Formats: sequence, structure tokens, C-alpha cells
Amino acid sequence: MDNFPLLSLITFLPLVGAGFILLVRGEDEVVKRNARSVALWTSLITFLLSILLWINFDTTTAAFQFEERAGWIPAFNISYHLGVDGISMLFVLLTTLLTPVCVLASWESITGRVKEYMVAFLVMETMMVGMFSSLDILVFYVFFEGTLLPMFLIIGVWGGPNRVYAAFKFFLYTLAGSVLMLLAILAMYYAAGTTDMPALMAHRFAPAMQTWLWLAFFASFAVKVPMWPFHTWLPDAHVEAPTAGSVILAGVLLKFGAYGFLRFSLPMFPDASVQFTPFIFSLSIVAVIYTSLVALAQEDMKKLIAYSSVAHMGFVTVGTFTLTLQGIEGAIYQMLSHGVVSAALFLIVGVVYDRMHSRDIATYGGLVHRMPAYALAFMLFMLASVGLPGTGGFIGEFLVLVGAFQVNTWVAALTAIGVILGAVYMLYLYRRVIFGKLTKDSLKDIFDLSPREVAVFAPLVVVVLWMGIYPVPFLDVMDASVVNLIDRFEAARAVTATLAGR
Amino acid sequence: MPIAQVPNLMPALPEIFLACAAMALLMLGVFQKPGPEEEIKTARLISYLSVTTLVLALLLVLTVSGERLLAFGGMFVVDPFAMFFKVLALIASATAIVISRQYLEIQDIARFEFPVLIVLATLGMMMMISANDLIALYLGLELQSLCLYVVAAFQKDDARSTEAGLKYFVLGALASGMLLYGCSLVYGFTGTTGFEGLATQFHGAAGKSPSVGLVIGIVFILAGLAFKVSAVPFHMWTPDVYEGAPTPVTAFFSVAPKIAAIALFVRVMVGPFGDLVAQWQQIVIFISIASMLLGAFAAINQHNIKRLMAYSSIGHVGFALIGLAVGDAVGVRAILVYMAIYLFMTIGTFTCILCMRRNNRMVEEIDDLAGFSKSHPMVALAMAVFMFSMAGIPPLAGFFGKFYIFLAAIEAQLYTLAIIGVLSSVVAAFYYLRIIKVMYFDELTDSLDKPIGREMAAVLVGTGLVVLLFFGFLAPVVSGAEGAAAALFAG
Repeated sequence: MDNFPLLSLITFLPLVGAGFILLVRGEDEVVKRNARSVALWTSLITFLLSILLWINFDTTTAAFQFEERAGWIPAFNISYHLGVDGISMLFVLLTTLLTPVCVLASWESITGRVKEYMVAFLVMETMMVGMFSSLDILVFYVFFEGTLLPMFLIIGVWGGPNRVYAAFKFFLYTLAGSVLMLLAILAMYYAAGTTDMPALMAHRFAPAMQTWLWLAFFASFAVKVPMWPFHTWLPDAHVEAPTAGSVILAGVLLKFGAYGFLRFSLPMFPDASVQFTPFIFSLSIVAVIYTSLVALAQEDMKKLIAYSSVAHMGFVTVGTFTLTLQGIEGAIYQMLSHGVVSAALFLIVGVVYDRMHSRDIATYGGLVHRMPAYALAFMLFMLASVGLPGTGGFIGEFLVLVGAFQVNTWVAALTAIGVILGAVYMLYLYRRVIFGKLTKDSLKDIFDLSPREVAVFAPLVVVVLWMGIYPVPFLDVMDASVVNLIDRFEAARAVTATLAGR
Repeated sequence: MPIAQVPNLMPALPEIFLACAAMALLMLGVFQKPGPEEEIKTARLISYLSVTTLVLALLLVLTVSGERLLAFGGMFVVDPFAMFFKVLALIASATAIVISRQYLEIQDIARFEFPVLIVLATLGMMMMISANDLIALYLGLELQSLCLYVVAAFQKDDARSTEAGLKYFVLGALASGMLLYGCSLVYGFTGTTGFEGLATQFHGAAGKSPSVGLVIGIVFILAGLAFKVSAVPFHMWTPDVYEGAPTPVTAFFSVAPKIAAIALFVRVMVGPFGDLVAQWQQIVIFISIASMLLGAFAAINQHNIKRLMAYSSIGHVGFALIGLAVGDAVGVRAILVYMAIYLFMTIGTFTCILCMRRNNRMVEEIDDLAGFSKSHPMVALAMAVFMFSMAGIPPLAGFFGKFYIFLAAIEAQLYTLAIIGVLSSVVAAFYYLRIIKVMYFDELTDSLDKPIGREMAAVLVGTGLVVLLFFGFLAPVVSGAEGAAAALFAG
């Protein structure tokens, strides 16, 4: 298996599927049917291949595995370099898990331009997997930015009434952040002479330069995470995007930012990271508390979940910058569980939206009487989002708080308020939608989950419970890499300290 | 001892061939049977022959050796730099003729003079690219410009077209006058017009400040050249001429003459005046920033797609000039890559614009594209690819153009310029996205004509694939550009 380009295969297989769909011709109905099944099978096969990745993953080493390298622009020392370590491997799996779920979730709700829709999702998958597995910073940037194209079209073509505004806001916000990162990448290339990420991690940038580079990367990642106050694109994009678009946005795209912090900011700019830690903590705490309160006031279900995402990502940034083993592993764990849980919650909203075409909480109430299975699934994911022990959300939040306590009690205490507020707004939402008497006439003949929808939720339920009950397999994967990240960080700081002391 | 030696004209073989071929085509056209039916046939014949001529000239350019060769007493130079730009200019002209045929026939202005004028203009461009003397520079520039003035007004029954031609002529003449005045000042203060002579005079004078008259001369030359590449503040003619001229002419204007003028700009600035970089770098930086900002902001409110493309091209010139502001081999390499990519994006975009017909009449409002993705899925997809590429989104070609430009700026530590550049590219992304929005998000109102024609489809597929798959053959293009840029700095 050593020379088999498994990562490239996982990355580009969806693109092959997309090309195949483009070639489909014939009757309208036939084309739609074929496009759907090609997309489903391609993404399922991709998922199975990525399981191979996990099976063959060596958890004892922090080195990059499944490495592939090919010359791209030899004159510039830029190469097509792929590989995963304990930090990125699970995100590849998250992506490949969510894509077939998205395809299945859009099976009936998307009726116009099905062919283009499926192509957009498969291209999206290629870009996302490529982003998590690239080990060359230029390749990374190409995939990172490449996600904008399909997402712009997904929101703009298949979105809600205000989709144009949302699509533009999403695109321009993200682009503005990332062009600054591009300049930083160029400056790094100029300083270090390479775009290879392992080499850049070993390179020591001058402290003054680190500050500027860190800020440029921050501009891009803070928009992507999103951190308060750069989050305003998110509620718009989430609300207007079609259900599957929200799933990908919340499930995977939001992880780009925090992943970027772990992959670039911490290992490459350690001094600047320490310098900016209080800044990150402050923004994160504001995000956790403020957006939780905002979520409490929402009348639109999707908007509520969107704001809850900002709050949860606040946990992730706190955990990342605690620079403790528990904090960082908690942050990664929180990202994975949030990826599954928020995706599931958007799907939950999608289920009733498909039936009633309304996202207003006021439209619903008493759904438990007509939709018991739905209420059960909703409850599970709602509790996972709150962080109930036994679900994936608990492990992540717990580890983050443990990490935060080691660094600063106040940060931990203030972040913990977010846990309480999270319970408040999620339970409140659940009560209003599910419980109570079924009084509204329009809801009298609403039907429960269809077999297809059960198939959508089943894998997510399994993953959420598994992550909550037996987290060891996940933590094992990331352990070596996180320890290595912290060791190198400490070493780099020690060098700086001796230089400063001299 | 022979009394007169036959000079070696081999370096100029492509130009000589093109000149003779243009004359022959003209004769061939004149001696055809008259009559409206025959006229279209003649126009078609001459179009095909012109494209063939340009392709042959392209092959000739490639056969001339890669070394630096001089001809006509040192007034004419052939080096890899010239070859690179000549290839681009010839591709641009040939495709412009290919995509113009259908339009000219629909507008009932299919005349054989059109392709011949394009060939002659191309000849002028190639002379500009190879100019190694202020006089040769002016000769090439004027040969090109005169042909352009005529083709701008080619739709002679249309008020907008004639206005465009006249406007272009008056302002172009003014710019040529400024350029010539600058040349005369430079000659007056240095006593030579040859680029090599000028370079030797300024060599070693880098530390000292040159005389004021010379600086004024250089500034005048710069102004004239800025006019030709339509950089701010000498851009005023561009939107009007682009909007008024027949669309294939606009397509031609936005690529071939621009490529030639950029080549000339680069050669003049880094060649003879290379050692005076301290005198002109500030000006180029200003021109570059102003062009990028104006190109980004002024295009936002445009409704006419040709006018929008005019502002877009101003913006692109601003980006390319960043490379010149850097002023070294890295910067020039970036310009070469950028212009190569710009050529394919722009030709592709204009081919899409030429497909915008309703009931056999051209339409050019952006709103006419509403629902284009439903009526013409493949053309709309191509257009979307070109627009995303122009906005500089990876993995499309336009991104790599900007990548090399900003890499050069960062290496030269022109951070402010780079930051203004990337931010204006975000603003510019807005109006490129707007076109995609109209095509994909808006509902189909009134469908545009189908089919688009075979040659248009071929050009679209070709340029689209180049833009889409550019990352695959990045390495050869970059190394070609590297060689070309190095040649300019070797001498």
C-alpha cells in the first residue's frame, strides 16, 4: 500500500464523478435520477476509501502519513504534496461522511437543476478533502479558495429568497480575508524559499515578521471560523443556503479556520501566537456569551443554529490557544462533534422545512404528537449540542474547559457560562417546536420521518453516540500529533526566550 | 571589397512576410468580382487567408533562433522577450478575426478590408515589440494605431462606432504627439535614439540625478505609453471606444494592442531607462494603483457589458504594471505570465459576449444575460469560468497571473502596493460575480439566440480549457516567461 496514491484518489474521485454527471444526457427525469445516484455512489465509495485511511493510519507517530509528492512548478520549488497526520485525518473522514449525507438529504428537496447541484457538491468535496490533506501551502490555498466557487453557486442558485445577498456576502467576506493570507504566503515563500509545509514549520520566522504574518492569516481564519465580530456573514449564508449547503457550511467549512490556526498559526508563528492569545481569548469569550444570547432571541430556527455554531466555535478557538494537550484535543474533538451535530441539526430543520416551507419557530409546536421518531432524533442532537454526557459534544467541551482552567481560571469560568446558555437556548427551541399541544391546523397531517430520512440520520446518530461513549479511538488518532505540536511549540518558545535573555 | 553589403534581414522575416502577405491579400480582395453576394464571399476568403497568414507568421516567429539578433542597423531586435509577446499578439489577432466573421456578416459590414487591417495592425504590433530605437518604436506604434482608428469606425453607418473611431483618433494622435515630443527631448539631451546608446549613457549614472529636461522627456514618453495601454489617468478614451466600436473590434482592442503596448512599455522602461528606475518607479506605482482602483470601483455601476470590460481591462493593466514597478527580471516574468493569461481570459469573455444575440441583433446589457445558464448552459459555464478567473479565484488561470504579480511585489518589498492590489481585486470580484449572478441566479426572461456557431464554440472550448486547466501546464509557461524576462536583462 506504500506507493498507492490513496489520498489523491479520495481527493479527486468526486471530481471524476462530477465529470461523469456532466456527460449524462437524455430525458429530464432520467438525467435527474442518474445524477442523484452517480453522486450518491461516488461519495459513498469515497467514504469507504477514506475508512481505509483510518484503518491503515499509524497512531504511534506524529509524522505525516500517506504522503504523496509530485513536481508542480519545479523552478519555484513548489510541489503537489499531500499527506495527513492525526490532526487532519479525522477531518477528511468528517468531509467524506457528510457529503453522501448531503446528497441523500437533497434527494427530493432539490428539484431544479439537479445535475448542476450534484456536480457542485462533488466539486466541493474534492476541494474540502484537498484542503485538509495538502502539505504544500500553495496547494492548500488553491483548495481553500476553490471551495468558494461551488459554495457561491449552491447558495445563490438553490438558496432562499435573500440568496443573492447572502451569496455575495459570503464570497466577498471570505475572499477579502484570504487575499491577505495569500500575501502572507508569498512573504513566507520569499523568506523561507519553499512552500512545503513541513519545511515551513521547521523554519523560524523573525518575531516582527511573525506578527504581521499571524495577523494576515488571522484575517482569513477569523472570517472562516467565524470569530466575533467577523461572523455576520454566517447567519445570512446559513439561513439562505439550501439544507445541504448549510450542512456543509457548518459541518466542514467552519472547521477550515480553526484547522488553519492549528496547522499554520501555532506551529509556524509560535511567538506571535503567544502574543495574541489574550486577544483570541477575549474575542472567543465575547463570541460564546454574546452569540448565545443572540441565539436565544432568534425566531428563525436556522438562524438560531447558525448563532449557536458561532458560540461553539468560540469554544474551539479557546481550546486551540490554551496550548495544553487537553485544550487542543478538546478543540479538535469539539470541531468533529460540532461538525456532525450542527450538520444533523440543520438536517433536522430541513425535514420540517421540506414539509411546511417555513423556518419560523412560531409555525411549529407540538410536533411530538405527529412525529415521534423525529422528536427523538431532534432530542438526541439537541442534547449533543448542549453537551450532555454520553454525547460527542460533552467530551469536547469538557476537555476544552479542563485545558482552559490550567491556563486561566477566568477564561474557563466565562467560557463555561456558554455551556449554560447553550442549554437554555437549545432547550427553549426544543420546547417550542416539539412539545405543547398540537394546535395549528397546518400541522395536523404532517408525517413522520420517511425511510430515506431515517437513512440520513442513522449514521449521524451512531457517530454522535459513539463519540460520546467511547472517544478513545478518536483521541488516539490525534494524540501523537498534538503532543508533537505542543513539544515543538514549547521548544520554539524556549529558543525565543534564550535569545531574548541574552 | 563589395560596394554595398546586403544586410541580414532574417530576424525580421516574420514581419516581412506579414507585410508582403497583407499587400497580396489587399490585391486579391480588390480584384474580386463586385456585388453584394460576392463581397461576403471575398470577405470570407480573405478572412481565412488572413488567419492562415497569421498562423504562418507565428510559425516563422518560432523558427527565428532564441538568441538576441539585431537588424536594420540595430533598430530592430529579436530576442526571447520579443518572441513571447509576438506569439501572444499573433494568437490574439488570429482569434479576433475568427470570432469576428459571424458578427460582421450579421451586421452587414463583412468587407475584406477588415482582416487585412487587422493583419497590418499586427505587423505594427510586431514592430513595436521588436523596436530597439525611439524612431522604430514610433513607426510601429503609428502603423498599429492608424489601422486601429479605422477598424474602430468600421461600422460606418453607426453613430456610436464612428464616434468611437473619431474619439480614438483625436486622443490617440494627442498621445502620439506627447510620445514623440518626449522622444525628441530625450534625443536632445542625449544625442541618440538607439536603446543601446541610451542604456550606455545612463549606465553608471544611477546615483547621479539626470538633467531635468531628460526627466521631462521620459515622463512624456511614459504618458504616451500609458495612453496606449489605457492606464489611469490616460484611460478616458477606453470606455467610450470599447462601447462604441463593433464588438469583435473591442475584443481585438482589449488584447492584441494592449499586449503589444505592454511589451513596448516594459522594453522601453527597463531597457534604455533601466538605470533611471528611481526616476520613473514612483510614476509607475501611481499609475498602477490608480488603474487598479479605478478599474475596480468604476466598473461596479456599469450596465453595458462592453463598458464593464473596458474598466476591467484598465484594472488588469494596473495589475500588470505592478510587475513593471518592481522593475527587475522577477517583475517582468510576472508581466509575461499575466499577459498570457489575460489574453485567453479576455478572448474567451468576448467570444461569450459575441454570442449575446436576440432575434439576430446584438444585445450588450448585462441584464440581457438573465437566465443565460438555462438557455445556454455550456456558454454560461464558460463565461462563469472566465469571470471567476478574472476575479483571481484558484484554481483558475487568473489566480496564477495575480500570484506571480504579487510574488514579485512582495520580493521587492512593495507591501503597500501589494495590499492595495489584493484589496482592489476583492472589489473587482464583486462585478465579475454580478455577471455570474445574472446568468445563474436570475430567472430567464427572454432567451438569446441559438446556436452560437461552430467557430465560436471552438474558440470557447479552447480558451475555456486553457483557463480551466492552466495549473496543469504552469511549469512550461513560467519557464518560457523566465527565459524571456532574463533575455531582457542580459543585454
